Amino acid sequence: MNYSSYLSSTWMRPITDFDIPEAHVLAVDDSIVDRKLIEGLLKTSLYKVTAVDSALKALEFLGVRDGCSTSLRPNAFQVNLIITDYCMPGMTGYDLLKAIKDSTALREIPVVVMSSENSPNRIESCLKEGAEEFLIKPVKISDVKRLRSYIRPPTKAPCSGSGETLGPSPICSKRKVGSLEGLQVKSNPESQPCLNGVIVA
Amino acid sequence: MTMAECKPRGPCTGCACESEEAVVKKREEFEDEALVVKKREGGEEEDEQEEDVSAAAVDGVVDVERLLQELVDLTRSLLAEEVLDQQFTQLQQLQDESNPEFVLEVVSLFFEDSERLLEELTEFLAQDPIDYVAVDAHVHQLKGSSSSIGAQKVKTVCVKFRKCCEEEDREGCQKCLEQVKQEFSLVKNKLEHMFELEQKILAAGGSLPYPEEEEY
Repeated sequence: MNYSSYLSSTWMRPITDFDIPEAHVLAVDDSIVDRKLIEGLLKTSLYKVTAVDSALKALEFLGVRDGCSTSLRPNAFQVNLIITDYCMPGMTGYDLLKAIKDSTALREIPVVVMSSENSPNRIESCLKEGAEEFLIKPVKISDVKRLRSYIRPPTKAPCSGSGETLGPSPICSKRKVGSLEGLQVKSNPESQPCLNGVIVA
Repeated sequence: MTMAECKPRGPCTGCACESEEAVVKKREEFEDEALVVKKREGGEEEDEQEEDVSAAAVDGVVDVERLLQELVDLTRSLLAEEVLDQQFTQLQQLQDESNPEFVLEVVSLFFEDSERLLEELTEFLAQDPIDYVAVDAHVHQLKGSSSSIGAQKVKTVCVKFRKCCEEEDREGCQKCLEQVKQEFSLVKNKLEHMFELEQKILAAGGSLPYPEEEEY
């Protein structure tokens, strides 16, 4: 399988199906190798996986744009678990976790954070912020098996006439989604820098 | 032992139960059994093919065993020399009928991604002054992906490399870059050899000896 067919078969496919009986996991990681690994790990548990390469794309997928919670795409209600890398350029996994837990619409979605750094500060702050678990990379089969207990059952989309599934919603509710304003990078809870300022190609 | 009870594991070299005629018969029976998987019923044309296939099948059986042994030995030595670690075994466990080329896919992504990172690292280290933050970010990525596929030696050098970045040690960084390129090259060659062996085994009708998934 070549690289471009891999792309089109996985995280770049259009999001059109909403009748998802099995659990749907949103995986967020800037590393293409780790995205592939996480997909492989999750698929053996028969989860449907959407993998994105940044926290911003994750929020877009969940229906949050420009600091506002728009009428959420049905996707958000079908996501049963979010698993995110901690260290990502721009918006970190911690920022994403915070944004999700600060959002009344999204806070019920369980979030698991992954990191290669076994830092007690980092772990503690993520758990305090509401993460279900903090996994040390590399992620293994046994880690994924434990995730089952965090999967929340799918909820129904509200009857807000959100028949539209793709494209921006013209209505932006006044309620801001927590710390998403301007989607600034928040200071990390630890002194060790997380390579935030560096955008790597 | 009567002839009926005698079941030779190879061509019969004769034993007390047999006449010469029986020995010839046993030899033929053994050869037939070796062919049974490839045997086809059919006309004259296929009889000819059958003969060729039968010769190949007997050889084929031997080849698959030899290839499997080579694969097992290669994998064992890579683990023993810590070129690969148990994370690689995890990848193998994830490969199944619904995901038949998983290991090849992940590893191919690792090769492409690492080659890109190594090129960029070479450029960064050629600059003056060196942007150690950018270098460190690249090494961090390489460390992460090598760890995810179980390329242990590559990961180990990356840890050293990051220390050199922290200390802004130019020479140290150069040395680490050379080392990491060497280790990457080594693991790439070994894995490509492994994939070749796997392809040959599958082509010869064998199946891969992947580790059983552990129960949790």
